[in-house]
Amino acid sequence: MRTSSLRAWFLIHKWTSILCTAFLLMLCLTGLPLIFHEEIDAVTAPPPVYGMPGTGSSGDAPGLVPLDVMLAKALAARPGEVPVFMAFDNRDPGMTVTTAPAPDSPDGDMTVQLFDRSTGEAIGQVDEDGVMHFLLQLHTDMFLGLPGMLFLGLMGLLFVAAIVSGVVLYAPFMRKLRFGTLRVTRSKRLKWLDYHNLLGIVALAWTLVVGATGVINSFATPINRYWQMNELAEMTRAYAGKGELSPSRYGSIDRAMAAARREVPGNNPQFIGFPGGAFSSRHHYAIFFQGDTPLTERLLTPALVDAETGRFTAARPMPWYMQALALSQPLHFGDYGGLPLKTLWALLTAFTIMVLGSGLYLWLGKRRAGIDAHVREVETGGTLEAAE
Amino acid sequence: MKGGRPLRAIFAMPLLIALATLVGLVAALTGDGLRDAASWIALAIPVLAVCWAMRIRTG
Repeated sequence: MRTSSLRAWFLIHKWTSILCTAFLLMLCLTGLPLIFHEEIDAVTAPPPVYGMPGTGSSGDAPGLVPLDVMLAKALAARPGEVPVFMAFDNRDPGMTVTTAPAPDSPDGDMTVQLFDRSTGEAIGQVDEDGVMHFLLQLHTDMFLGLPGMLFLGLMGLLFVAAIVSGVVLYAPFMRKLRFGTLRVTRSKRLKWLDYHNLLGIVALAWTLVVGATGVINSFATPINRYWQMNELAEMTRAYAGKGELSPSRYGSIDRAMAAARREVPGNNPQFIGFPGGAFSSRHHYAIFFQGDTPLTERLLTPALVDAETGRFTAARPMPWYMQALALSQPLHFGDYGGLPLKTLWALLTAFTIMVLGSGLYLWLGKRRAGIDAHVREVETGGTLEAAE
Repeated sequence: MKGGRPLRAIFAMPLLIALATLVGLVAALTGDGLRDAASWIALAIPVLAVCWAMRIRTG
C-alpha cells in the first residue's frame, strides 16, 4: 500500500473512532448486563407459578382460557383504555396484554399486564422502573426516543467504518510480525498497540455482526413504518376508504384467531396487533404467526382478520427487510444459544471494550505527534513509535 | 513499503477465526441442542486465540 493511501485510511480510522468511542463504550457497558437480563430478572423477581406449566399460551390446548376473557380482564383493570397488543409464549401459559388510552398512544403511555392463560389470573405488571429497564432504555435511545435511536444507529455506522479501516491498517502493521504477537516488555504503548490489533482482529466478525445488526435495529421504527405504509396497506387495500374502527365494535378475538389458524395451519401466534396501532391497519386484528422450525420461528407471517366481522382478509410472509430486522434481533442480543453463548458474548464484549479503551489510550498518549509519525508507527509494526 | 509477509499470510489466521465466528453465530440460530454446542465451540475460537497468544507469543 502506498504511504498516501495508508495515511488516508489512518485518518478514517482515527476520526470514525474518535466520534463513536464514547457512545460505543456506553453501549458495551450497558449491553454487558443486558445479555444476562433473563438470568438477572429471574433472581430479582422469581418466575410465576403457572396453573399448567409447560403449556404455551400461544397454542390452543384444552384448558387455556379464551382470549376474549383474557382481554376483558385486562380492560377491567384499566378502565377507559383500549387494547394495543396481546403477546404469547410458546413454553409457558404466561401472556401479556398491552393497553393504552388510544390505539396510537406513544409507548410511554402503554401498560403491559401479565396473565396466566391457564388460570385466567393476573400475575402482575411489567416493571418499567427497574435497573434493567433503565439500562435497556439507555442502550436503545438514551431516553431520547426515535432521534436517540437513529443517533445511536449513526454511531454504529461509524463503528463499522472504524472496524473496516482498522482491518486495512492491520495489514501493513503485521507485515513483519507473526499472528498473535504481543510485545509486552518493551513499552506500555507497544503493549497496548499489540493488544489493540490482536483483540480487534480476533473479534472482527463478531463486532461487525453485532455492530451491523445494532444499526439495523436502530432503524426498526422507520422500517416498520415503511412496511405498514406499503405491504400492509396493499394487503388491506379493500379497506383503504374506511375510517377507524371504534373499539366498541371490536368482535371476538377467539373467532378471529380461529379464522386465521385455518389459513396458516400448524403455526402459533407470537402476538396480535390491534386496529390503529403500529402493527395493523385501522380495521384489522393483525395476528403474527411464527414459523414452525427454530430458524423460521423468528420469521413472522401476519394474518389480517377483519376486527368487526372476524372474516379473514389476507396473510403473507414478511418482506425481506422485515425478515432482516427480525433476524437482527437475536444476532445483536446473543440470547439464542443458552448460557454458554451468552458468556462468550460477554467475553467478546469485554474484548471490544479493551479495543475501544486501548484505542483511546493510543490516541491520547501521542495526541500531539504528527500524522506522519503515526503512519510510520503503523508501517513499521510499532517499532518506530510515534514521537511526541 | 517492501518486504514482509504477503497479504495471504497476514490474513490467514484472522480469516479462519472470522469464518469460525460466522459459523458459530448462524449455527445456534438454526436449531437447539447439537447446533448450540457447535456454536459454543466455534465462538470459543476467537477467545482461545487470545489465550494462546498470551501464553505463546508474548515477549
